[in-house]
Amino acid sequence: MSKLKITKDTKYTVNKDAIESLLTELKKQKFKTIGPIVRDETIIYDELENINDLPIGLTDVHEAGSYRLKEREDKALFGYNVGPFSFKKYLFPPKLTILKSKRVDGKIKIIKENESVEKLAFFGVKPCELHAILIQDKIFIEGEYIDNYYKKQRDSLFIVTTNCTEAGSSCFCTSTKTGPSADKGFDIAITELLDGDRHNFIIEAGTKNGLKILKELPLVEASKNDLDTAEQKIKSASENMGRSLDTSNLVELLLGNLNHPHWDDIAKRCLSCGNCTMVCPTCFCSNIQDVTSLTGDENERVRTWDSCFSMEYSYIHGGAVRASNKSRYRQWMTHKLASWQEQFQTLGCVGCGRCIVWCPVGIDITKETKAILKQVTAQAEQSAQAEN
Amino acid sequence: MTHLSNNKPVDTQITNAAFIPEMFVIKKIRKETEDTFTIELAAENGETSFEFLPGQFNMLYVHGCGEVPISICGDPNRPNKLFHTIRMVGDVTRAIRRLKVGDMLGVRGPYGKEWPIEKAEGKDIVIVAGGIGLAPLRPVVYHILNNREKYKRISILYGTRMPSDIIFNKELESLRGRFDIDLYVTVDRADQKWMGNVGVVTTLIKNSNFDPENTTAFLCGPEIMMRYTAIACQQQGLAPENIFVSLERNMKCGVGLCGHCQYTGKIICKDGPVFNYDTVKDLIKKREI
Repeated sequence: MSKLKITKDTKYTVNKDAIESLLTELKKQKFKTIGPIVRDETIIYDELENINDLPIGLTDVHEAGSYRLKEREDKALFGYNVGPFSFKKYLFPPKLTILKSKRVDGKIKIIKENESVEKLAFFGVKPCELHAILIQDKIFIEGEYIDNYYKKQRDSLFIVTTNCTEAGSSCFCTSTKTGPSADKGFDIAITELLDGDRHNFIIEAGTKNGLKILKELPLVEASKNDLDTAEQKIKSASENMGRSLDTSNLVELLLGNLNHPHWDDIAKRCLSCGNCTMVCPTCFCSNIQDVTSLTGDENERVRTWDSCFSMEYSYIHGGAVRASNKSRYRQWMTHKLASWQEQFQTLGCVGCGRCIVWCPVGIDITKETKAILKQVTAQAEQSAQAEN
Repeated sequence: MTHLSNNKPVDTQITNAAFIPEMFVIKKIRKETEDTFTIELAAENGETSFEFLPGQFNMLYVHGCGEVPISICGDPNRPNKLFHTIRMVGDVTRAIRRLKVGDMLGVRGPYGKEWPIEKAEGKDIVIVAGGIGLAPLRPVVYHILNNREKYKRISILYGTRMPSDIIFNKELESLRGRFDIDLYVTVDRADQKWMGNVGVVTTLIKNSNFDPENTTAFLCGPEIMMRYTAIACQQQGLAPENIFVSLERNMKCGVGLCGHCQYTGKIICKDGPVFNYDTVKDLIKKREI
């Protein structure tokens, strides 16, 4: 180990072996490490054993309604963007028992039992994914009421971010200001540098816990050259986003045009399948259902992910409030881009592009927003001309 | 970020504090109409003490069936009595109706923002209710009766579809006998025995006696009824800022976590259910929000 003084504000250069050491160190500290692996021809997140589990030399090619893996010409560890899974399912599980109760002699007893939560380390968290976690923090632990499962899991969470050096064709995190590099919320951040045979990583600690682990790795202080290269790569990713979204006036644009005819146009294409809500890393809606034993005496209340695209979602006596396809798509998109801002003082979108990629008919939230903006602007110009 | 990682081992109760109901015992069940009933709940140990503000609601839980948001409709000054008036419209409300005195019901709450009764002191009050919309307003009526000297003229306008849909008959009768409260009841369709007003509740606004410059109106009923009542109030000179409405959407959690009760930027369970009409007047006109 070098005599180098390791501090939080300094960036270091490490090689590929150090990434392996980082995984080992996390294991030593009793973390279960979740990171990118290849399964069913997609890059998803699951338990990582070692560096060979990573999607080495693979990238993902995105288009509206299409996702394909492709071999890279190099052996990059983090040379992909985002697959269908986000890290959401670990903090906000798709299915969670929130309450158990039992009927004994006609009386209902709430059963309180303890269950330990695994200490998780998220590895290879892209900046958009990291921002999605920060957004869900606002919902689940920074509001009036706390989701204590989320909080327990979150409090022990260790985050290793990997900054993006290449942007995907459905990415628009530059627009949502959630990437391509992370500036907060991580314990350790990594930027991959790959140039011919030289395969290095810039690494930095964001927290004391991150620093503790960093100190166990073979580090050298990053050279100016390496830092410049990293910055250049991130800048290039930032400038080469496949998509863009003008976020300047979304509240007025979308909530001010709730009856715009373009919603009908989208409704003609939207299948109301809810895929966008399932792949979205910030969507947080849930349903709660009772699951009873055959006698009805034992009962579990189970919380599951829900989608605003279902009819049941808005059901009140007499029927669904949002009975039309149009109103359900409008609810989702206006929530994500506009009403989220009133509710949580942030956009609900991190520009990961998943809703575009995994929409079976390829509806593109950035294009739909542009279409409304274009029509509204044209209309305003027309009426201004008519007045003159 | 306030929530930084740490390396402590973690233990957690799977039961989420926000989702644990307190079990109550059904003390009384009173039939109001064919489909509506009032239940009184008591704490398991008999010492009921349930503080709430007029307009707040509870999540009522039937073991093995589910939860529903129901407004609390008793007297806020008497926390030893916990009342809910419920219309049978779905699985859970029907399951509650099947319970008997002595059976148990889970309660989480009270949740939500209240009717601004203190800000309305020194003013005329107009209460307009449609159907079961009278239940969330009943605590307001109790509060006013308890503090009658703090308010000026009081008008209660109540409309139902048919005479058989009128709830709280006994209480309405006793209000009718008071000289310091104007009570008007109307029905959309009368039957042969009905001797009162016929027509939608909005038609009563222009006959009620209030000073538009110094009045607060509280409206609760179907959205369409509140919308037209608010318009009628404004036609009498009442400013939208002085009108309050109580909104309703599907709710799973009651604490702002499940997302179901969104009303664009508002989350009805925690930002409402009571809203200043001025803040929702543009939305209430739109369909399927």
